[in-house]
Amino acid sequence: MPKTIKFIVLIVLIFLLGVFFISLNKSTDYNTEHLIGNKLNKIKFESLEHKKIFTEEDFKKNNYTLINFWASWCAPCRIEHPILIKLSKEQNLKILGVNFKDKKINALKFLKDLGNPYDYLAKDTSGKESVNYGIYGIPESILIDNKYIIKKKFIGPLNLKDYDDILEVINSL
Amino acid sequence: MKIKIYALIFFLHFSSILSANQIVDQNTIHKNLRCLVCQGQSIADSNSDFAQTLKMVVKDLINQGKTEEEIYDFLSDKYGDWILYKPKFNLENFLLWFFPYIVLVVGGFIIVFLIKKRSKKV
Repeated sequence: MPKTIKFIVLIVLIFLLGVFFISLNKSTDYNTEHLIGNKLNKIKFESLEHKKIFTEEDFKKNNYTLINFWASWCAPCRIEHPILIKLSKEQNLKILGVNFKDKKINALKFLKDLGNPYDYLAKDTSGKESVNYGIYGIPESILIDNKYIIKKKFIGPLNLKDYDDILEVINSL
Repeated sequence: MKIKIYALIFFLHFSSILSANQIVDQNTIHKNLRCLVCQGQSIADSNSDFAQTLKMVVKDLINQGKTEEEIYDFLSDKYGDWILYKPKFNLENFLLWFFPYIVLVVGGFIIVFLIKKRSKKV
């Protein structure tokens, strides 16, 4: 076999091994972290309790807003609830709770039983609005600043580490 | 007169082909969208909550007059390219599209080289 062919075969083998090495060392867990740094355009949520529409104008005055997607039927939402209650005491942060595919009566009972950490209470009955925020399951939370830039995105229930991460961002002002 | 009739028939036929191409096929879109919460299923094959929601969103976007490409752009903007079964052609994954052709050309080159060499020996 001439040297050129041997060289080409060697290059192809090295390339394939390189591809396997990089791919196998890469996390295959899907997440939507690519949204961090993006700007949220046209925020629009219906209020859960009143005939009101929340738009970006409502969150402009907040240094940071945490958009939390939750439901009364979602067990992990109960797990993260104490973290949200703790976060609700922070000065630099307002929390928008988006009640996802839920019944109003159940949602309000949930908040009555476990406490209400939300400054704004909205609903997404069909789940279609949440697609605009890259939501594919709940609970999910998005931390935005007053320019509507996504600073953090949390998939699954918030934990103590997420709590610290949020505090780090909101106290960096 | 005949020419005018032929021209009219040709125009109608051509415009019908064009409009047929512009119709957005909901099922084709569903088959090309990955159900992110399922195991290797498209939203067409899944009855999960997420798949149902996405089907409704696709329907709304079609009703708003969005093209197939615009719908894919919207959803990949929200969920990343992972949501598409047919990957987009861009700088990040151009090798994915071109590697088979590169292999074909290089392989062809090797075969031609070997055949020429053998025929010289004979």
